[in-house]
Amino acid sequence: MSANTNTRMRTPLKNVRRLGSAKEGADHFWKQRMTGVANLVLAIFVVFIVVSLAGADHATVKAALKSPLVSLPILLLVVSAMIHMRLGMQTIIEDYVHNEGPKIALLMLNTFFTIAVGAASTLAVLKLTFGG
Amino acid sequence: MAEAKSARAGTRVERPLSPHLQVYRPLVNMVMSILHRITGAALYFGALLFAWWLIAAASGPDYFRFVNDLMGSLLGRLVLVGFSWALIHHAVGGIRHFIWDTGRGYDLKTVDLMSWGTIVLSVGLTAALWLVAVAVK
Repeated sequence: MSANTNTRMRTPLKNVRRLGSAKEGADHFWKQRMTGVANLVLAIFVVFIVVSLAGADHATVKAALKSPLVSLPILLLVVSAMIHMRLGMQTIIEDYVHNEGPKIALLMLNTFFTIAVGAASTLAVLKLTFGG
Repeated sequence: MAEAKSARAGTRVERPLSPHLQVYRPLVNMVMSILHRITGAALYFGALLFAWWLIAAASGPDYFRFVNDLMGSLLGRLVLVGFSWALIHHAVGGIRHFIWDTGRGYDLKTVDLMSWGTIVLSVGLTAALWLVAVAVK
């Protein structure tokens, strides 16, 4: 086999194992940055909301979340933060867990966890916004 | 070479290792680096607290009062102080990483300055947040 004819940065073995380029190069990096910027802006709003509602009774919190000015930043932060959390924890798992089985199990769990927390939070906000 | 000969014989040998983490004096940028990961992981589970608060509010007055009292207790406040510091520290550390992403701030002086700035700002902002929160209640 001549090395000169293979111009791809991938060995035939990697090709067989499907470990070659997935054409997603900077996707993880870029999404982590985009959600990071979104989190930064949205968290400032949400921290302000949470501090102003801290210790308030149920009726006050319920009334506050009826306003889209309150519920929208929370919903946006939940979505952005869950994507950010999933990408961040994925990096941690890939850095420290080297056995293939546990790694894949934890990566799946990571996805399930972030989607579950995100969906539950979203449902709670929607119920407060639209519920009676 | 001894290693090569043993390797050919199929036995595992102790190979010389490059100096590992514990031989280095901890530097502020190392500490900030791992703190960014630790606070990120803490926030991952801390998100459950925020979700719990939202779910409690959606569940009704009785359960919301129960969760509110729990979070307002001494232990609850202690956890929330930790949560808020982790959030602010990770946010300030994130800004530092955004600056690095632009290709700037890699000289040692700036790295040190930004690393110290991260911890000073995160502790200061957390203290300020809680002072304001307590003052307006």
